[in-house]
Amino acid sequence: MKGMLHVQFLKFFLSRLAVFIMVVFIGVTTVFFIPRLMPSNPVEGMVSQLQANSSLMDPAAVAKLREVLTQNFGLNGTLFEQYFGFIKRVVFTQDFGPSLSMYPTPVSKLIGTALPWSLGLLLTTTLLAWLIGNAIGLLAGFRKDKTYSRILEGIAITLYPIPYYIFALVLVIFFAYILPVFPLTTIVVGKGLSLQHIVSIIYNSFLPAISMILIGTGWWVLSMKAITTGIAEEDYVVFARLKGLSERKIMTKYVLRNATLPQVTMLSLQLGTIFSGAIVTEILFSYPGVGTLIYNAILQSDYNLILGTITVSILAVSTATFLIDLLYPFLDPRIRYK
Amino acid sequence: MKNWNLQLKIGVFILAIFLIFGVILPLFYTGNPIEWGKFPKNLKPSSAHIFGTTNLGQDTFWVLLKSIQNSFFIGLLVAFFATLIGVLLGMLSGFRGGILDRVITLIMDTFIVIPSLPILILLAGLLKGRASVLSISLVLIIFNWPWPARQVRAMALTLRERDFIDTALFSGESTFKIITREIFPFVTSWSLANFINTILVAIRTESGLAVIGMSSNEQATLGTMIYWAIQHQAMMAGRWWWIGSPVVAITLIFISLFLILSGSQQYSALRRGK
Repeated sequence: MKGMLHVQFLKFFLSRLAVFIMVVFIGVTTVFFIPRLMPSNPVEGMVSQLQANSSLMDPAAVAKLREVLTQNFGLNGTLFEQYFGFIKRVVFTQDFGPSLSMYPTPVSKLIGTALPWSLGLLLTTTLLAWLIGNAIGLLAGFRKDKTYSRILEGIAITLYPIPYYIFALVLVIFFAYILPVFPLTTIVVGKGLSLQHIVSIIYNSFLPAISMILIGTGWWVLSMKAITTGIAEEDYVVFARLKGLSERKIMTKYVLRNATLPQVTMLSLQLGTIFSGAIVTEILFSYPGVGTLIYNAILQSDYNLILGTITVSILAVSTATFLIDLLYPFLDPRIRYK
Repeated sequence: MKNWNLQLKIGVFILAIFLIFGVILPLFYTGNPIEWGKFPKNLKPSSAHIFGTTNLGQDTFWVLLKSIQNSFFIGLLVAFFATLIGVLLGMLSGFRGGILDRVITLIMDTFIVIPSLPILILLAGLLKGRASVLSISLVLIIFNWPWPARQVRAMALTLRERDFIDTALFSGESTFKIITREIFPFVTSWSLANFINTILVAIRTESGLAVIGMSSNEQATLGTMIYWAIQHQAMMAGRWWWIGSPVVAITLIFISLFLILSGSQQYSALRRGK
């Protein structure tokens, strides 16, 4: 029996791993080929931009510039060589060369500064939205005939379909223009683990975080309510009630445990969508995360930075999804690997 | 109409208003509503321009209608093809099984996990905001077919075990006929729900791109309208009609679509006698 379980787990693990590798492969390949299929040549673009800024340029210097840029963009050799060079850099060294708009800061360093901001915002808001949403959904589904359940569901139905960025925009209009309580751009004061620094980070992240939590919560309330309503009609819940267990115990021990499982799978499926919402939210709030970095990179045609940020986001989201998926069998006592 | 619940009624009512305003009314407008400098700039709402004019000298009301029209066009186009491709592949995958099923499953799981927005931003960024509405729709179709495919595959898997499929197989029906005649009727109501949901997702993704100037800036969609309003400091200057009208419109459209979606689910549950 034990051996069987191992085989089943291995099968589950391998199928997830295959998806993970495919995601990384397709993602990185797409990121590699899209710019190369574009009609505009990044090297010529940069050269003409520089020539426009400084009218007199030595032809020899231009030729040298062209050579250096081609080298920097990884455009030397055949397409095949370029592709493997790119894969090698992405997988092993994470070296995307220097940023061109903030020359000569390496792209990896810029991403390193932005990543904690994005991860902090994403992790906190996703977790909070998941917890709050599931708690409300559980209550609303378990006691679906109460008035407060209807009201909570009504609020969730109104909030869920609104995209993050629209909600973010409304928050900006209210709390940064009409009532200037929160900042429009991020200015952090203090350093390290000081109270001032932490307060400043929370203060600056507050509006983007609130918009992401409120909208995220709506989805979890709705899905949790649907699941809970179904479970509350199951025979074992009826039996528990006949046995004389308290409602509270039935809700936490019987319904909650069974309803949480599909919500974990759902979380791993929703991660990409949540991340996409976060990018736009970051840009609207000029929040110093990866989303804003991607945006600035595109505005300034910073080729290396574009490739770097987008590759890193694809890697980050697919790794997180993979990890949540692996967590699932450990949460399910019935051990059903599928 | 008798069994319609409140959600369905409100949803259909709001959507019908927007369809009339966005699809039918623009047909009566001659000329191009997004042309710059046609009217005096920044007029407040009045009887001549009910939503005022923009900083670019356009009549806000007609820009809004044109935007609603284009956004619906993208939504409907993407929803139709994504649902069609997804449902067909899902049925095929679930019904045939074997290697074909594994390959399709792997591809759709991959597309579900991959974060689409960074790739869309990359594409749009390199096109510098000059992507056409059609090319944006095409990319959205590529990223949206796997969701229905996944669900329909699961439904087809259980249907395959039913007796009537065996009967059809033994009487020598072709795969295509079994899928379209025997399996499809069971997934129609779900496909319809998915169709509505994909309209919502497509409009949401396109306007998300557009708000940050990564869609087709020269076309009027609800997202690009917000983009231009932000670019021209409509908020700072207190030109609420310019920024406010697309925000309110998009919010109401999304809420109405979602109400129809959840209302129709309750409606069909009622019809099944639950």
